[in-house]
Amino acid sequence: MLVRIDQDKCCGAGSCVLAAPDVFDQRDEDGIVVLLDARPPAELHQAVQDAAAVCPAAAITLEQV
Amino acid sequence: MTAVREVAVVGAGAAGLHAAEALRRAGYDGRLTLIGAEDELPYDRPPLSKQLLDGQWQPGQLTLRTPEALAELRLDLRLGAAAERLDRATRTVHLADGGRVRCEAVVLATGVRPRRLPGAETPLPGAHVLRTLADALALRAELRPGVRLLVVGGGLLGAEAAATAVGLGAEVTWLVSAAPLAAVLGADTAALLTGLHRDHGVRIRRGAAAAVVERGGRAVGVRLADGSELAADAVLTAIGSRPATEWLAGSGVPLEADGGVACDAHCAAGPGVWAAGDAAAWPDPRTGRRRRLEQRTNATEQALCAARNLLAGPDGARQVYDPVPYLWSDQYGLRVQAFGSPGGADRFEVVDGSLAEHRFAAACVREGRVTGAVGIAAARALRALRARVAAHDPWPPADRPQPAAALS
Repeated sequence: MLVRIDQDKCCGAGSCVLAAPDVFDQRDEDGIVVLLDARPPAELHQAVQDAAAVCPAAAITLEQV
Repeated sequence: MTAVREVAVVGAGAAGLHAAEALRRAGYDGRLTLIGAEDELPYDRPPLSKQLLDGQWQPGQLTLRTPEALAELRLDLRLGAAAERLDRATRTVHLADGGRVRCEAVVLATGVRPRRLPGAETPLPGAHVLRTLADALALRAELRPGVRLLVVGGGLLGAEAAATAVGLGAEVTWLVSAAPLAAVLGADTAALLTGLHRDHGVRIRRGAAAAVVERGGRAVGVRLADGSELAADAVLTAIGSRPATEWLAGSGVPLEADGGVACDAHCAAGPGVWAAGDAAAWPDPRTGRRRRLEQRTNATEQALCAARNLLAGPDGARQVYDPVPYLWSDQYGLRVQAFGSPGGADRFEVVDGSLAEHRFAAACVREGRVTGAVGIAAARALRALRARVAAHDPWPPADRPQPAAALS
């Protein structure tokens, strides 16, 4: 799995960090998403899919590789 | 899983799109019709008063999903086709273009329409509202340096439009009937932002707008309740909105006094009828009272909940919708973020940073419970407070040393 984020679209809700804290973080100054792990291990895939699904700004896209 | 084979989602904004997507992701394989009144593919509205209005973004950047991603959803996409009527007996949605969509289950996600002032209830050059892409482009075309823009309404939309317009060189007057932003963000944060508006040259006027004044076929200002007039080259009315649910009149779908779809705790409004987004009024588990949330994150989260419950079937385990509301606003290069309901708090306690440095996170407390959190440039501290909002924690927190009791 390859995770991509779009920082221009991110609205800073932090939903992704709540869903998958090992993969996503937020910049403190504006809450914009920071990608910690673009190729997360298999045990985190479900959490990452949840994060992409709940992202209100559709700023997370996943690619199967 | 239930054996529903025909689902119609009415409304192709964020809530409608997310509902459709959630149904497919959960394995729903039947017919899925997505109905939208506007011609555009599903797009995001928050940037309309921000990046789109100030010209940083072009319309294509608002699109929520690429055509390829939409194709994967195998939608029967009906755009530019407003829903006109729901016939529950025959389970049919009638469209303005003459189309008819049969469905066993329907998700109502038609959102809201802006309220307008008398004098501008029908389209009038120079009189603007801000809800759709077309609205935003029309307003953007007016925003030249030196143009006098009158913004009516002291909420977030008016604040963002005023900030964007003044950044483009417009002379902005902001007409408000009460302390701007206080109801939504709380008095302290509102005062900070109102000060920023003044520093940037926005003139803030207290008064009640009565009507848009028209001369020569164009809006030339606003008449106030006291009879005086404020002149302007363009007027933006941002005084709230009303659920776009007139089309449900007579359908048997229960509506609230304000037009919101009256749902139960599971976002259902009768057998086979579900609602999500700005128009959905559901009983907030914290208060038991029905409310609507006109917030972008709510559109997504409520759509996911409605879709999940739709597929669970009548005997399945349905999820109670219990969100932690989130909103954000960009003004003058600062991003304000808030969870819960910061307005209406009786206590405001900064836990990190300070308002003076424009970097803070604060708990908003009502009757000894954390009911909201608000902050600027302190996302981590704010996220920590989110958990307290979600749990409705007592404040001061029990896990923190209590100060000695005050004498007064």
